[in-house]
Amino acid sequence: MNQPATLTDAYLDLAGSVTRTPDQVKRSRNLGIAYFVLAVVTLFVFARGDGGTSTFGLGGDSTFGVPSIPLAWICAVSFAALGGVQISRGTGRWQSALIAAAALLFVFTLMAWAAAGKQFSLTGTLHDALKASTPLVFGALGGIMCERSGIINIAIEGLLLAGAFTSAVVGSVVNIWVGILAAMVVSGLLALMLAWLAIRFHVDQVIVGFAINFFVLGVTSFIDSRVLTRNPEYNGTGTISQWKVPGLHRLPIVGPILFEQTFYVYVALGLVAFIAWALFKTKWGLQTRAVGEHPTAAGTLGIDVLRRRYINVTLAGAISGFGGSWWTADVGRFNENITNGRGFIALAVVLVGRHHPVGALMAALVFGFADALALKFSFLNTGIPSEFLELAPFLVTLVVVASVGRGARVPAALGQPYEEQ
Amino acid sequence: MELELRGITKRFPGVVANDDVNLTIRSGEVLALVGENGAGKSTLMNILYGLYHADEGQIYVDGEPVTFESPGDAIAAGIGMVHQHFMLVPVFTVAENVVLGVEPTGPLGRLDRAKAHDQVEEISAQYGLHLDPEALIEQLPVGIQQRVEILKVLFRDAKIVVFDEPTAVLTPQEIEEFFKIVESLKASGRGIVFITHKLTEALRIADRISVLRRGQTVGEADPAEIDEVALAEMMVGRPVQLVVDKEPAQPRDATLQVRDLHVVDPTGRTLVDHVDFTVHAGEIVGVAGVQGNGQTELVEALTGLREILGGSVQVDGVDLTDSSPREVHQAAVAHIPEDRQRSGLVGAFTVAENMVLTRYHDDQFSDGIRMDWDTARSTATTLVEQYDVRTPSIATPAGTLSGGNQQKVIVARELSRDLRLVIASQPTRGVDVGSIEYIHAQVVLARDAGAAVLVVSTELDEVMALADRVLVMYRGRIVADLARDETTHNEVGLYMAGAKQQEPA
Amino acid sequence: MTDTATAPAPGDATPDDASGGLVRRLLARIDTTNAVVLPLLAFISALVIGTVVIALSDIDKLKEGDIGGILTTIKDAYLALPKGAFDGWRPLNETIVATTPLLLAGLAVAITFKAGLFNIGGTGQMLMGGMGAVWVGFTMNGPGILQVPLGILAGMVCGMLWGIVPGLLKARAGVHEVISTIMMNFIAASLVLYILKTDAFVREGRNDPISKLVTPEGRLPRLFGYLDRPELRAHIGFLIAIAAALFFWWLLERTTIGFEIRAQGANSSAARYAGMRPGLLIMTSFVIAGGFAGLAGASEVLGTQGRATQGFAGDIGFDAIAVALLGRSSPSGTALAALLFGALQAGGQKMQVDTGVPVDLVLILRALIVLFIAAPLLMKAIWRIKAEGAIAGPSFGGWGS
Ligand SMILES: Nc1ncnc2c1ncn2[C@@H]1O[C@H](COP(=O)(O)OP(=O)(O)O)[C@@H](O)[C@H]1O
Ligand SMILES: [Mg+2]
Repeated sequence: MNQPATLTDAYLDLAGSVTRTPDQVKRSRNLGIAYFVLAVVTLFVFARGDGGTSTFGLGGDSTFGVPSIPLAWICAVSFAALGGVQISRGTGRWQSALIAAAALLFVFTLMAWAAAGKQFSLTGTLHDALKASTPLVFGALGGIMCERSGIINIAIEGLLLAGAFTSAVVGSVVNIWVGILAAMVVSGLLALMLAWLAIRFHVDQVIVGFAINFFVLGVTSFIDSRVLTRNPEYNGTGTISQWKVPGLHRLPIVGPILFEQTFYVYVALGLVAFIAWALFKTKWGLQTRAVGEHPTAAGTLGIDVLRRRYINVTLAGAISGFGGSWWTADVGRFNENITNGRGFIALAVVLVGRHHPVGALMAALVFGFADALALKFSFLNTGIPSEFLELAPFLVTLVVVASVGRGARVPAALGQPYEEQ
Repeated sequence: MELELRGITKRFPGVVANDDVNLTIRSGEVLALVGENGAGKSTLMNILYGLYHADEGQIYVDGEPVTFESPGDAIAAGIGMVHQHFMLVPVFTVAENVVLGVEPTGPLGRLDRAKAHDQVEEISAQYGLHLDPEALIEQLPVGIQQRVEILKVLFRDAKIVVFDEPTAVLTPQEIEEFFKIVESLKASGRGIVFITHKLTEALRIADRISVLRRGQTVGEADPAEIDEVALAEMMVGRPVQLVVDKEPAQPRDATLQVRDLHVVDPTGRTLVDHVDFTVHAGEIVGVAGVQGNGQTELVEALTGLREILGGSVQVDGVDLTDSSPREVHQAAVAHIPEDRQRSGLVGAFTVAENMVLTRYHDDQFSDGIRMDWDTARSTATTLVEQYDVRTPSIATPAGTLSGGNQQKVIVARELSRDLRLVIASQPTRGVDVGSIEYIHAQVVLARDAGAAVLVVSTELDEVMALADRVLVMYRGRIVADLARDETTHNEVGLYMAGAKQQEPA
Repeated sequence: MTDTATAPAPGDATPDDASGGLVRRLLARIDTTNAVVLPLLAFISALVIGTVVIALSDIDKLKEGDIGGILTTIKDAYLALPKGAFDGWRPLNETIVATTPLLLAGLAVAITFKAGLFNIGGTGQMLMGGMGAVWVGFTMNGPGILQVPLGILAGMVCGMLWGIVPGLLKARAGVHEVISTIMMNFIAASLVLYILKTDAFVREGRNDPISKLVTPEGRLPRLFGYLDRPELRAHIGFLIAIAAALFFWWLLERTTIGFEIRAQGANSSAARYAGMRPGLLIMTSFVIAGGFAGLAGASEVLGTQGRATQGFAGDIGFDAIAVALLGRSSPSGTALAALLFGALQAGGQKMQVDTGVPVDLVLILRALIVLFIAAPLLMKAIWRIKAEGAIAGPSFGGWGS
């Protein structure tokens, strides 16, 4: 389909006058139904009760108020309208933009409902969202590096956990910085093992990843209960505190969100930019992608496919290990299974972000936001049972992955063993 | 430069792909390496290219022994290869594919795209390849993709160039153009290895012909002194019938009627463009066309494997437009799929299980819930015998059989019942000559038993040998409907290339 | 490379009486290698690495350089394993108790392996099954002949309902089951916690998440109840598990659906070509898997524990993956593997009590066994076995939809 040349074309597009395949029509209908469901939910949950003005804080003393019930009505009506258009004609090339807008509106209404008659620090929540998404970003970057070179990485959880454990133990014995370095080494080695088993012994990559996850869980739990609980001197590093970026943290709104974080956030953002650049603008990136898409083609041009894979997977492990140390820096110690499934969410982040660092950052922010929001809600006394708040990030993951679904293209040679004779 | 392969042996599990093979390649000449499918031609060349490692034997460059650990070494020694299955990254551009591995870079390993673009454009112009460096490979037709492969080889300045079955994907006219490129490469002093199993082509272009049979060199031939029949006998090891033996067709009523068939991909791109045709009982209609012009999708649409956007499909008056593969099967339609390993067989299943793969739900083999394995096994035993499937037993996993025998399992399963329509896609791709003859005979038998037959093949020779009527597909449309006896390879080739079109009657 | 994958040269396959016997014998040998020797070696390799872990984690003795002490610990630990599992009526009962849910959940994984899917969601399916079963268990009050089957049925149905979700998501939206089942586990865990705190479930006078007690009539009868020894806990859940394994065999080998599931698992596009419906088969496999796992949950709450708690499913859903892999997804193999893991579990408890080595060791062994089973080539390299034929571990391809 071509770009619409004029506004009229764009409108016709919106009105669904282009041929739509049956598949597209079906999708469009499902999406429309989803809008209607949201409209009903909004109406029956958010537009009821006492309501009141929700006061959103923007850092410092600046605030703004929103009446929660009228907002819910606006939201419900827009969803219903959107659903109608979506079912009857489809929304053409505006579809994605409209989904994003609708999602934002829904979340905003949700927040307004939760905070009706109360204070809600918007900047605080966004700050926490960014913070919560940091380990996901590291996990996902590890996943991307690995999968772009053709090796499936479902071991992110295990690599993060190993990083958390190592940094806590080594960090307690020496100091946290050496601990972080050790975490990178250990997770790098674990990832190298993954690569070695997958490449050299053709072990199914989903199974190796699975086994590594549970091996790490087993070993860390075993040592935790056998050694750490009885020798607390091996488990206690102290936390790493935030570093306010001079000058920048005074900026309104973005200051408190972006520039009052620990160095992990800054490293994460830098690494996203760097890996995005490296993947698409350098020789290394071209070869890495070639190896993941069509290893035999790369091999016939004299590229050492296996070496490239070993190196990339090991680096990926090191990045995940660094991400794992985030927990130690945040909590100051190791607890059994401290990563609690975040590595699996990072796995979803890789897919939803379409194996692109920037896409992954966006996806991680969404999940981090779900995390932060759940935490926030538990303080706001919304009446939502805490168990539901706990499961929210996982449910969000499921819903987001389902709606991206088949759209996600993966490197063509992902998971297939490459053989040299 | 002179390259010599001496005493090369290569074993794969269960197969000796090359058995003490000797071969010499010289600059400035074209060596044709012929042999039927599975003879070991690709394996030999992959060894020369450093992709495989020989179990025994030695390679010499200008008399010096050399070892190629990897393709990198072979490239450095001046060897280039255009593989049978193209080695192109589909999501990369032409330029990216060409410079891969020898990228021009700036500081920090940054890709110098501008330089890559210019270099690629320059060589493309120099050899008249007419390639756009920024085009995405996945959007290029196979004929153009082949030129990208050639460009890759030239970019690395190869002195010896190996072409592995390069003509399989081309139209007759494109083959002529390809031969011109080969001539110009030869004129520039390069040595060429041209792999093929099409003997006319070998006779036409080669300076020397080397014949490989079951992994062994059976001899050399001088194209000036040998004819096709003798060469074919050398290649197969026995006299070969070069034409399919069949009576003139006796078409009866229309069986398959396709009207205004329209198929699109999930993004809405048209794959089969409002196609109309009819196949009568008792005739074989061949569909010719370069790979990727909608034939695959046409067959999928006819057999219920792909959603139809518009138009209708009828078999003997029964509407099958929106039917499932199961319903198509039950309407007495047989389907021999184009890729036996991908979809025709379950490699891990036994021959017996594969013999009932599409028929297990028939009353004969099950009551709807339970399988009747005794009947299935006895049927399989009968079919193995009847269709000459060479297998140790019916309990052998089908994946371990040779390509020809795998294909015979499918043919036996699909053709051994009363049929109205047979749809055969690439029925002999990658099988040995004996199996080809056998399968062609079975297809003719099905016709003579009164079924309508639709044969889809990208091998023009196969279509011309089997068909009573020839349809040509180009860009999703049927651009020609020709009686076999009134057309020629050349004419069909022009239609295949889109250079000619019939006015709709 | 499609035309070169496995095909031997034409003519090679000519039946040949002299070599026929040899070929058959060779095939038979490869099969024992695959089905018996490799799993055994995987198990032994895991134990060896387990030894290293025990030794390295014995900080106190390591500091003192007490090598002899470490060796004693290892010896005692590994001796405690078989003792705790088989030495006497009581250990045997404990082994049966541990084996029962492992076998059922193992079948839940095995059926999806057969369909080429990876069900990591056994835990969630078990949890939901247990909730359904326990509800019938404490709300009804007999007669047992009615209540017990109803409770089991409720467990199975709840497991199926939970199991259908990843099936639907995969078939309809292309969501990889590894992601969906993991998410479903987390969701189930939170949901169970919530349900257990609701008035309908929470035990009178308690505010921690623990359900009401299953009525005596609702409990699964004990196998050795007639002996009147309450410490012999094994219950008829074990018989249900064995029946389930038999059903599994019948389904896969004797029915059309089984044939379809196997075809789908071995070559999905061939299954589609053959007129089977992959989406439906994916869902069917997951529903059956959910049913097996739901039974496991029911057997736990109605048989072993008599109530539901937050963690009643423990790690069984994950152990089940090791069980199914070790048993190569065959019913008999899965049963034997479940027995082995059940024995490990029962013995592990004794090991912890006797020697202070945490049961978490079993967790490590489990992961290692999975790894080694999936890596036949690695096992061969380590143990220097030369077996003909390329044998591959189980495989799930990639992320593609
Ligand atoms: N990678 C491989 N693994 C196992 N067998 C192979 C492999 N490549 C080729 N073969 C086998 O070796 C023989 C020769 O194949 P090939 O060289 O592709 O023949 P040709 O190119 O002449 O058609 C065939 O029997 C084929 O099945
Ligand atoms: Mg070949």
